[in-house]
Amino acid sequence: MLTPARLRQLWVCLALGVLAAVVTGPGGDSAHPFRALRRSVVDPRIGIFIGLAVGLWVLLIAVARLRPLLAEVTAAARARRPVAAALGGPHATTGLNAVLLAAAIVAPLLVSTAAQQSMVNDIGIYALLALGLNVVVGYAGLLDLGYIAFFAIGAYVTAYFSSSSAMPWHAPFVINPFFVFPIALLIAALAGVILGAPTLRLRGDYLAIVTLGFGEIIQLLANNSDEVTNGSRGVFGVPHLSVDLPGIHYRWGIDPLPYYYLLLGIVVVVMIAFGRLERSRIGRAWAAIREDEIAAEATGVPTLRMKLLAFAIGASVSGFAGVLLATKQFFNPQSFSLQSSFLVVAIVIFGGMGSRLGAVTGAVVLQGLAFYLRDKVPPTDRYIYFGAVIVVMMIFRPQGLVPSRRRRREIELAGTTAGASDQLGAAPIGRTIT
Amino acid sequence: MGFADQFWQLTVDGLMVGSLYAVIALGYTLVYGVLQLINFAHSEVFMLGAFGGLFAARGLLPGGATPSGPASVGLVAAGLAVGAACGAAAAFILERVAYRPLRRRSAPRLAYLISAIGASLFAVNLAGKEFGRQNVPVPDLFTNGTLFHVFGAQVSTQTVVVLGAAVVMLVLLDRLVARTRLGQGIRAVAQDADTAVLMGVNVERVIILTFVIGGLLAGAGGFLYAMTFNASYNMGFVPGVKAFTAAVLGGIGNVRGAMLGGILLGLVESYGGYVFQASYKDVIAFLVLVGILMVRPSGLLGVRLGRAA
Repeated sequence: MLTPARLRQLWVCLALGVLAAVVTGPGGDSAHPFRALRRSVVDPRIGIFIGLAVGLWVLLIAVARLRPLLAEVTAAARARRPVAAALGGPHATTGLNAVLLAAAIVAPLLVSTAAQQSMVNDIGIYALLALGLNVVVGYAGLLDLGYIAFFAIGAYVTAYFSSSSAMPWHAPFVINPFFVFPIALLIAALAGVILGAPTLRLRGDYLAIVTLGFGEIIQLLANNSDEVTNGSRGVFGVPHLSVDLPGIHYRWGIDPLPYYYLLLGIVVVVMIAFGRLERSRIGRAWAAIREDEIAAEATGVPTLRMKLLAFAIGASVSGFAGVLLATKQFFNPQSFSLQSSFLVVAIVIFGGMGSRLGAVTGAVVLQGLAFYLRDKVPPTDRYIYFGAVIVVMMIFRPQGLVPSRRRRREIELAGTTAGASDQLGAAPIGRTIT
Repeated sequence: MGFADQFWQLTVDGLMVGSLYAVIALGYTLVYGVLQLINFAHSEVFMLGAFGGLFAARGLLPGGATPSGPASVGLVAAGLAVGAACGAAAAFILERVAYRPLRRRSAPRLAYLISAIGASLFAVNLAGKEFGRQNVPVPDLFTNGTLFHVFGAQVSTQTVVVLGAAVVMLVLLDRLVARTRLGQGIRAVAQDADTAVLMGVNVERVIILTFVIGGLLAGAGGFLYAMTFNASYNMGFVPGVKAFTAAVLGGIGNVRGAMLGGILLGLVESYGGYVFQASYKDVIAFLVLVGILMVRPSGLLGVRLGRAA
């Protein structure tokens, strides 16, 4: 009954329980480094965690026992396909999308203002960023770790053009933030091309580190140039978005709701546009590059130009999001830290590479988790949970929450040692060894 | 004072920092060699090693007095040893938790990167929670002063200790990879993992030991770094990125390349920080990286671990 494997499982469960006790336990300081550890373990509370650990272990055994039975049931259900029949047909996806959209429209009305703020600043803007990065990482298979730099460029361009007081350095004229959208879009895309032209010839990992360096440089420049960008003090007083057309006067203000609906509209438009793009000739060229660059080149895909295009499109979305950030609220170089870049990458992978719905879902889940933990634990501690969720997710579902169909297939094939040539695909070794 | 007057001083400082970058860079390069993966959580191994060494040194030195002579040597050695042990343990656990399950599931390559980022977030913030979020100085383990002059540049005891320990570690590692059976195994896996299996190399074991060796170096390096620049929960990030830059600079996957890259990066940063502004040090490091990659994308020594040494 108690095989060594089961016993090992028990140890793992117990270790996880103790770890959970430490994570949720009291904090400490450097003068007494192990006091907090001791207090979290030597405490009646530990009983709960040990109990949970043993419970988890029993559950694991039970699941292992019931698996054959479960497989039978699901197989029988699959044979009859009641769900698939109900959802099947050509209108299923449209229906699902309509439901999701309706949920997105209603959701902010049901929550507090703080949650609404978070839905705009954390979820909405990061969903937009993730959609843009998805083009670079998910479609073209290029790992960009400095993606947030374009976001920064968009935000600072907005401050430059739309206000004469937000930064020491500003345009000789002031224009409505709405007109900055196309300018920021173009400048960010241009920055993407300038960065991409020399670096996209490099191999994947080198591209990652160069883009990471670029992200750092942009942040450091913004931070150190006091006389240009206000440095670390940040940018105050960029005007809110406003529409001044004959007959229509509207100003987005402190209230997060109008921003939310604006963002929702933009996200939906971007999702539709990228869906068309994915299925176009360009999208297929990206997929070819992602799967095998040499083969793509040999079949006549202009690889460098296509990769540049992906980079520019991703960058322009990021710049666009930067305008929204700048008009919405105060920002400083800290808003564009490397952690934010990692966060966007994590959202894309977590949601499912190459999947538009995945990018948005990833933003909702990860940022939603961050918001949920906000009042529960000290704000700095919530990254502990965040990190744990990411690791667990990667262990149990590396294809992401809502994987794109193509991506899922690639991972399945890689599992059977076929089609692992993908630059970002299966790990080069280990799969035949275990 | 012009750049020429300061040249030798900057060289000495740059060599010291550069040797630390080299020690950390080896961890990246070794793991990259055997797995072709960037171990993004390596900077946290470095941080945990620094804390381990710091607490050990503090525990062994309860009084406020600065020791001297053999006691200093012993304390530094103890700090290094405990730091290295903590680093190795952290690297082992990291491999176990964030990498091995993914290898078993033949996860896509980016998944490793993300799980490493997750593990890194977890470790940094847990350390911040347990050890507080301020800078923590390492207690003085020896009387720091100018030991001697080289071309007019002051060389402090600190510099000698850091540089000496780092050079010893670099030489040992180089010999280990070039001469021992384990080194042979690492090189074999780096060259061709599938064939290495057929030749009887226990690849799983080599991978684990590679992580552990990288952790030993990073942990000891972390303690040395903390002696100079203090320890803090987020101390790993900047040197981690720099060390990775150094590894790429020398040609990632190449042991001697990582050493060369680390030293060069330290020097360039030191000179550049003086000529421009100290706050632009990091910018200079990255510009160097980008420049090198444009001209020589495979790094300076650009050979893989399998063929090096």
